[in-house]
Amino acid sequence: MAELFEKLSLYLQYPFVRYALIVGVLIALCSSLLGVTLVLKRFSFIGDGLSHVAFGAMAIAAVVGLTNEMPLVLAITVVSAVLLLRTGQNAKIKGDAAVAMISVGALAIGYLLMNLFSKSSNLSGDVCSTLFGSTSILTLTRTEVWICAVLSVVVVAVFILFYNKIFSVTFDESFARATGTRAGLYNLLIAVVIAVIIVLAMNLVGSLLISALVIFPALSAMRVFKNFKAVTICSAVFSVACALFGILISILAGTPVGSTIVAVDIVGFFIFLVIGSVKGGING
Amino acid sequence: MALLTCQDLSLGYDGHEIVHGLNFEINSGDYLCIVGENGSGKSTLMKTILGLQTPTSGKILTGDGLKPNEIGYLPQQTVVQKDFPASVWEIVLSGCGNRTGLRPFYSKTEKQIAKDNIEKMGLTPLIKRCYRELSGGQQQRVLLARALCATQKMLLLDEPVSGLDPKVTTEMYELIEQLNNNDGITVIMISHDIESAVKYADRILHIGSEIFFGTKDEYVKSTSARAFLKGGEENG
Repeated sequence: MAELFEKLSLYLQYPFVRYALIVGVLIALCSSLLGVTLVLKRFSFIGDGLSHVAFGAMAIAAVVGLTNEMPLVLAITVVSAVLLLRTGQNAKIKGDAAVAMISVGALAIGYLLMNLFSKSSNLSGDVCSTLFGSTSILTLTRTEVWICAVLSVVVVAVFILFYNKIFSVTFDESFARATGTRAGLYNLLIAVVIAVIIVLAMNLVGSLLISALVIFPALSAMRVFKNFKAVTICSAVFSVACALFGILISILAGTPVGSTIVAVDIVGFFIFLVIGSVKGGING
Repeated sequence: MALLTCQDLSLGYDGHEIVHGLNFEINSGDYLCIVGENGSGKSTLMKTILGLQTPTSGKILTGDGLKPNEIGYLPQQTVVQKDFPASVWEIVLSGCGNRTGLRPFYSKTEKQIAKDNIEKMGLTPLIKRCYRELSGGQQQRVLLARALCATQKMLLLDEPVSGLDPKVTTEMYELIEQLNNNDGITVIMISHDIESAVKYADRILHIGSEIFFGTKDEYVKSTSARAFLKGGEENG
């Protein structure tokens, strides 16, 4: 055990390990906050759909030869998020079908573009690392850490300031709109924030596993807690704890970062499932 | 001036007009029941009054100091709400959303309003309970308390007793009657339960192939009621 801690403290002396931990924790926090809303609004898969859009956008950026792909990826993802959440109410193609369509469509187009135009010698390696999270979490620069920190603070601040409105819009959109809450505006806000989070999270877990960061904390917290505030706080704590453990385990055991975090999330979910049924059994 | 006036109102969606030439007035303290067959446009009318939908033509005017966002609304339950993790307190408090404006958090006054309405609906012992674990009647009272937080003047109820057992249904109707009688709150209710509509309401709006608007005594004698009331008796 002592050996393990020694190894860990050795690793923690490297700045790139500290950066990875900071960014991982921040992204986990942000993604869990909106997870509750998305799961309850039946948009669990929007994370998946949008991350595939981001994957497609990255492919476009690579083909065009942009050195800084972030702004383009962010813009495309935000637009898709807005379109997806807008069509939720009265579209010809309903929510889940629209998400599924955009999700697989963007994935296919992205891979096609990369395949046709890529100059890289290791194409499948590139694709694999974008899908499952690359080692780029370990090669973050100081600037990237700062961007991530600033965006996270903005996301958390927006969430806290609009917490009550987000609750109203999630619980009962008709009532919120009837009493003068501009539900459309808040749906837009939720869409933009989720898009930002997804673009940030792609570095960490890759585009296939982002949904896990969004839904596992929310679903776990909902097993145990029964009011919105407690569920939100619990899912944030759950997500941060899992990300922290996941990154530490992956550093020590040399496993891929993204999948390790998701594996820890899954274990956490089952623990909460058991706690929830025991607690429910006592109360009921 | 009347609290709410509908002038030559026509309703519809996607280019289909379902109702046209709707004219009626609601005064402060009225208890209006909107009846009619499925698909006759009852819910569309309610959505239009709430401003969730624009009428295809005609106007809705509010008067007597009623602002359009001061109408308390009791919607039908949605699928989302069935497994929503929220406490009674959180839901009722969210009814104060139209008072906060740009202010992000609820003030002491608003929390007090929420508390008073919870008390009024007899929900104080359940204040920390989870909404999805309550019975159907209790859930309706929670949503009614929330609607009361949004208004002191007018309540719009969309089939408030659907899915409730007969005893709870009677309790719900009596609760609504009390709000109308004691607190002077104007009530507009969509109902399928025509007998209770005639029993509790003082005005009836029947929409369908024929439009009727008038007091319940006039309605019982009218032609549009005859077929409908008879059907109600056979079903009941």
